[in-house]
Amino acid sequence: MAAEILQLLVFGVVVGSVLALGAIGVSLVFAILRFANFGHGDLMTVGAYVAFVLVAGLGFPLLVALPFAIAGAALAAVAVDQTVFRRLRGRGPLVLLISSFGMALVLRNVIQLVWGVDTKVYDPGIQLPIVVGDVRIRPDHLTIAGAALVLVTLMWLFLQKTRTGKAMRAMADNVDLARVSGIDAERVILWTWILGGGLAGAAGVLLALDTRLFPLLGANQILPIFAATILGGIGRPYGAIAGGFVIGIASELSTLVIEPVYKPAVAFAIMVLVLIARPSGIFAGR
Amino acid sequence: MSLLEVRALRGGYGAVDILNGIDLDLGEGDLVAVIGPNGAGKSTLMKAIFGLVALRAGTVRFQGEDITGERPDRIVRRGLAYVPQERNVFASLSVQENLEMGAFIRRDDFSAQIDRVYSLFPRLGERRRQAAGTLSGGERQMLAMGRALMLEPRLLMLDEPTAGLAPNVVDYTFARILDINRLGIGVLMVEQNAKQALAVAQRGVVLVMGVKRYEAPGRELLHSREVAEMFLGA
Repeated sequence: MAAEILQLLVFGVVVGSVLALGAIGVSLVFAILRFANFGHGDLMTVGAYVAFVLVAGLGFPLLVALPFAIAGAALAAVAVDQTVFRRLRGRGPLVLLISSFGMALVLRNVIQLVWGVDTKVYDPGIQLPIVVGDVRIRPDHLTIAGAALVLVTLMWLFLQKTRTGKAMRAMADNVDLARVSGIDAERVILWTWILGGGLAGAAGVLLALDTRLFPLLGANQILPIFAATILGGIGRPYGAIAGGFVIGIASELSTLVIEPVYKPAVAFAIMVLVLIARPSGIFAGR
Repeated sequence: MSLLEVRALRGGYGAVDILNGIDLDLGEGDLVAVIGPNGAGKSTLMKAIFGLVALRAGTVRFQGEDITGERPDRIVRRGLAYVPQERNVFASLSVQENLEMGAFIRRDDFSAQIDRVYSLFPRLGERRRQAAGTLSGGERQMLAMGRALMLEPRLLMLDEPTAGLAPNVVDYTFARILDINRLGIGVLMVEQNAKQALAVAQRGVVLVMGVKRYEAPGRELLHSREVAEMFLGA
């Protein structure tokens, strides 16, 4: 039993790494642009396929392809914002939410058109797990957790130490006060998409490394990512990271008592409970 | 020349105007208090000057230049700073980061200005690493003013700076507003604590139903029977 729990914790950390990287962008976009971006999961898919082109097509090592995937997803996020969302600013959250739904479908179908609906893998080989006591860890899982740790650390440095990062936190905290302080909203919005989209792209690569690539890869994660965002408190990037790990670990541990097919329901149940009991998130102090 | 010159300002949030043709002048280094009953348009007047309310008619000039309807992030660059009544600090940022955000558009070294704010409000210096959301109501108000001072403005607009504060903190806040004014910075404040506001202000303006009803030196208004009966509860 103890070994089983430890094993599930390992899986939970892997799933949590992906959810945390995805939830950071959803949280920042929600706070700064005031809408839930349903297309965020599809930015993950964009990143995963950019890496696929480089790894399977050009023979790049995955970790070398990762920065390109991040750049590709960031670029896609900025392009969608500048062509669609920018024109809709100030039209209210509902208009933006629906159009994000539309953009999600566009991204998903473009990917499907280019790469088809078949599932793909980065590396078809079989990996031998590292055995620690009774726990088996795949080398890929170490890559996933390690990459997530590095990216979260870089994000933390950006948000804590740079002028633009601090302005992003300020805007996520209080958009109106940021405006009257002279903070250039459009510049911060641009950086929000670069950061959020880039981290989503990384999350997509890491998720595809854990499982397989297919056009609905990221879209299938949007619910647990929203759950992580709400759990961490909207507009709190650090809360989103914690929320991602809580959701990831909770859904893995739930398989001890319920069928694994109900894992997504666990994330949904946590989200509903938090919305009822503490809508500002479990870490909210304000 | 007037520092701030408001002429025949009309506007509001929807179909109904809240401001019905307001004139207001404020010279370099003046301290002006705007008082009036709830719903008179006091806060709306400030937001309108700062480009946060849709205007139907009228002009706002600052240092002789027309700033009517200009974007708030442009207006602050001209030396006009605004402290909203509520949600006026970045709660999840530290005290120091709040001041840095106040100086966001400055490209020069503003550490001397941060030191000046800390010497004006020593409590903030003691709490510089603390999240602004954990400050007391009075400390938050100090921080909100400190943030606005980071750009070394010519005019500071304060929306109800003493609302919800304990009486001794109200006195302290008015004393600091006087300190700021003595540095040569013009102050336009909207206040519910009308008596105390008029006692420190050089001039008082009484707003009723979106128009200016009276304007006189602060002490004169304080002793006017009519104003006293209407607003001062005397």
